[in-house]
Amino acid sequence: MESLIYNFFNLEVILKVRYLLWLGLQVTLKLSFLSLFLAILLGLVLAVLRHLRLPLLNALIIVYVDLFRALPTIVLFMLVYFAWPYIGIALPRYWAAVVSLTINGGAYFEEIFRAGIESIDKGQTEAARTLGLNFLQTMLSVILPQALRVVLAPATSNSLELIKTTVLASVIALPELMKQAEQAHGSMASPTPLVMAAIIFLVMLWPLVWLAGYLERKLAQ
Amino acid sequence: MNNALVEIDNLHKYFGRNEVLKGINLKMRRQEVVCLLGPSGAGKSTLLRCINRLEEPTSGRIFIDGEEITRHGVNLNLMRSEIGMVFQHFNLFPHLTALENCSLALIKVRRMSREKAEERAMTMLKQVGLEAKAKSKPRQLSGGQQQRVAIARALSMDPKLMLFDEPTSALDPELIGEVLEAMIKLAEAGMTMIVVTHEMGFARKAATRVCVLDNGLILEDNTPDKVFDSPEHPRTREFLSKIL
Repeated sequence: MESLIYNFFNLEVILKVRYLLWLGLQVTLKLSFLSLFLAILLGLVLAVLRHLRLPLLNALIIVYVDLFRALPTIVLFMLVYFAWPYIGIALPRYWAAVVSLTINGGAYFEEIFRAGIESIDKGQTEAARTLGLNFLQTMLSVILPQALRVVLAPATSNSLELIKTTVLASVIALPELMKQAEQAHGSMASPTPLVMAAIIFLVMLWPLVWLAGYLERKLAQ
Repeated sequence: MNNALVEIDNLHKYFGRNEVLKGINLKMRRQEVVCLLGPSGAGKSTLLRCINRLEEPTSGRIFIDGEEITRHGVNLNLMRSEIGMVFQHFNLFPHLTALENCSLALIKVRRMSREKAEERAMTMLKQVGLEAKAKSKPRQLSGGQQQRVAIARALSMDPKLMLFDEPTSALDPELIGEVLEAMIKLAEAGMTMIVVTHEMGFARKAATRVCVLDNGLILEDNTPDKVFDSPEHPRTREFLSKIL
């Protein structure tokens, strides 16, 4: 028992690395919120565009969505950070991570929003168009307010996934929470920092997990 | 000057290789009420939906108030805002109240202030006897009430023409009367209406003309009395004997 506490919950180590982890947490939070915002925006815009049913545009969106859902996210991080400079796009670590998470998350959010939009009865669009509303007005005033209720639970769940995926930014050495914990793990020769990172993630994400479940139950009624 | 409000000229519509409308010709003056009758699959709803281009006609021309609405580049949104439509399944916006259902297009399309739009929407709800339900959401209303809100919503745009696509077919029998009553009132007030319906009583009472469609063509086009009492076409007789 004593050795368990010494190895995994070492108070001395905790006090020494807490500032590093705090720095990492700040990066993780910033990265999460910005990427989440951009990914949701991208997914929503693509899902709405897809509803225009323009064959060429839809083909492009489908290629994008399928490609980035098939590509392991860790590979995407490495491509954006290590390969893009060869085609003239050299991004700093932080922005490479934002771009990777946005591209990856956007593909999933597009599918979620598309399913939500398609779940709304066609009669709603017809009624709105019959009244003279244009495509965008129909989307904003009639379809999306209904579709967003439908997608609230899966979108929350996907947001959770995206936040967890931020730890992959450690492969391009972005000093987010996981990277800081790994380094502290090495320099302190103690797994305590990893345990701390795990606890921080749990505390951050558990409420979201609960929220997703709550929304699902509530909206199912 | 052309006197017809609606003029349909040799309208054809295919769904894939299936020809649903096979050359429809129809002229309507203002204040006429035309009922479209016929067996299911005859093309009644498709014809109605071509008139505001919810369906694209394959060929043929449609004029509303002298303007060709089948012309390439016609302002569809403006055209539709002047033609009211009532659907079989009401299609009210479930996230909006009855009042908001009736004021949405006034605000978004007609650019009215919210205050003015809601005032007008309230007048329309009064017309169908539902001002007390203005703050209700569609799911809190009966089917008959929902359809009356849908009528008020269409009327709020002050349309030149109203299209009804089987407005009572989805209603419980005891709720049909209140909707038909609202429609009869509207007809008496001089609204030009095209109504796809199976309600013979309504057709007899409110229609100035009855058109019987079968297999993509208008078989019979006459006053209700003539069509119901002495139909010219044997197919009309056969159809009427099944539903009367």
